[in-house]
Amino acid sequence: MLETYKFLAGFAQTWGLLYFVTVFLAVLVYALAPSRKSRFDAAAHMPLQED
Amino acid sequence: MAHAAAAPKSMTFGEAGSTLAFAVLAFLSLIIAAKAHTPEYAFHAYLFTAAFAAAAFKIVDRYYDRPAALPPLTINGKPNYNMGPVKFGTIAAVVWGIAGFTVGLLIALQLAFPALNFDTSWLSFGRMRPLHTSAVIFAFGGNVLIATSFYVVQRTCRARLVGDLAPWFVVLGYNLFIVIAGTGYLLGITQGKEYAEPEWYADLWLTVVWVAYFLVFLGTVMRRKEPHIYVANWFYLAFILTIAVLHIGNNATIPVSVFSPKSYIVWAGVQDAMVQWWYGHNAVGFFLTAGFLAIMYYFIPKRAERPVYSYRLSIIHFWALIFMYIWAGPHHLHYTALPDWAQTLGMTFSIMLWMPSWGGMINGLMTLSGAWDKLRTDPVLRLMVVSVAFYGMATFEGPLMSVKAVNSLSHYTDWTIGHVHSGALGWVAYISFGAIYCLVPWLWNKKELYSMKAVSWHFWISTLGIVLYITSMWVAGILQGLMWRAYTGLGFLEYSFIETVEAMHPFYVIRALGGALFVAGSLIMAWNVWKTISSAEEIQEEAALPAQPVLIAAE
Repeated sequence: MLETYKFLAGFAQTWGLLYFVTVFLAVLVYALAPSRKSRFDAAAHMPLQED
Repeated sequence: MAHAAAAPKSMTFGEAGSTLAFAVLAFLSLIIAAKAHTPEYAFHAYLFTAAFAAAAFKIVDRYYDRPAALPPLTINGKPNYNMGPVKFGTIAAVVWGIAGFTVGLLIALQLAFPALNFDTSWLSFGRMRPLHTSAVIFAFGGNVLIATSFYVVQRTCRARLVGDLAPWFVVLGYNLFIVIAGTGYLLGITQGKEYAEPEWYADLWLTVVWVAYFLVFLGTVMRRKEPHIYVANWFYLAFILTIAVLHIGNNATIPVSVFSPKSYIVWAGVQDAMVQWWYGHNAVGFFLTAGFLAIMYYFIPKRAERPVYSYRLSIIHFWALIFMYIWAGPHHLHYTALPDWAQTLGMTFSIMLWMPSWGGMINGLMTLSGAWDKLRTDPVLRLMVVSVAFYGMATFEGPLMSVKAVNSLSHYTDWTIGHVHSGALGWVAYISFGAIYCLVPWLWNKKELYSMKAVSWHFWISTLGIVLYITSMWVAGILQGLMWRAYTGLGFLEYSFIETVEAMHPFYVIRALGGALFVAGSLIMAWNVWKTISSAEEIQEEAALPAQPVLIAAE
């Protein structure tokens, strides 16, 4: 029981942390990449477009 | 679309299947009603029987009334939006809102003047309190979320809602759940878990409705004409998906029998408490935050006629919010049997939540840059901007209260109630009022609301109410916390519990006064909405400008 707990806690504290940091960095890259600027600027206007 | 006149009319698979399913369900509910262990449960089974039978009848009736062809997805190349369910949800929200606020006022008065429960079990605080919380969160807030999500997803995807019966099933089925849950509390049927009071059969029904909601929403997103999925839809989708997971996870119960309303959770003790607050706090995070942020991201830009301040910030704070909220629940269980490390984890994530919460607030407020002058002239926009300000305040206060040292003073006191209401009245209700004030003229094809002056009155009266509410609860809560922990020189508790209750009385009266003002504001809104819908004046720009049919209904 304690072994399983230690294994899971250890896994979460190392690989889990690394996973979250990586995902967050990926989000930052996705959101801040200059190549997507025009697309996001257009998206910011979406509610204002009439149809 | 017009030349399919010769096609013979026949029931769709959905119509035939649903009629059959509802007929069978009505029959089964009747059997359960007959064999129910308690009269309260039998009442609910009869209610289900009536609802299912009515649904089966209505589907057939609707089939005979409708033309052979289902409504087209587009008319003249423009999306043919399905706004019926949105209208229903909007009106339901106004009605449930008044009911929920009024019950809240009653229990606020009961705390100041206990005789107001009239010595009946039905009106006792223990039953009225979940009735109040569920009515305002799930009935009022839920209908606002369903209505606005169905509106926003159609407009930003330029596509008609998926399904013919399904959107109606979602709206009506959800409101049936509300009726079952609410009457259940009055009759004394409860799981005794905060914000998760409904028993197993109501939970099961909600699960079915919610999965349908998810499929309708997702299907509409997938049908979109726009390549990009607008950020409001991300928030709605996160809200719908997470609430499904939370609801199923926290209600893993086994009923005593299908003929009994009582059920037991599969895990017990501290595990149950942990799961309950994983659910409870994320109900705040995903129902009361993500869903209403979606409203903010559509209605504020629309009303201010300004683009979203920073679309990039919206993406970053979305993902940060999603990743962090899910861990914050343990702060509801400080100084309990929950392991210390779990409490600290909950506290740490709550503090980190400052960042994404304020990211959202800044993005909402700064969307007004270049349009700040509109605050002076447009009370609807004022409601929404004040709501975002309250969002900022409540999400500043929340992490503060999750710090263990602060929590040792604030927990179990009225400070918590004050905090919840600065979020619930200030943020959730105000952004909802703003959305309702926007939606009603758009949906019913009116130029503007019946009275802007009434919106202004609503705004000022209820703002005064909120200020009375939260300031009295701050004072009451801190006073209460300090009195509970006061010791005499000999190490005895200085105050008996009843002395602390007595000290609360003036603040409870002030709070009830604040609540009364808030109810008064909502009545003004209901009157205004009613007058707007029933006013004869409609915009008919197609008629005025036959050369430009593109310009129908200025929104």
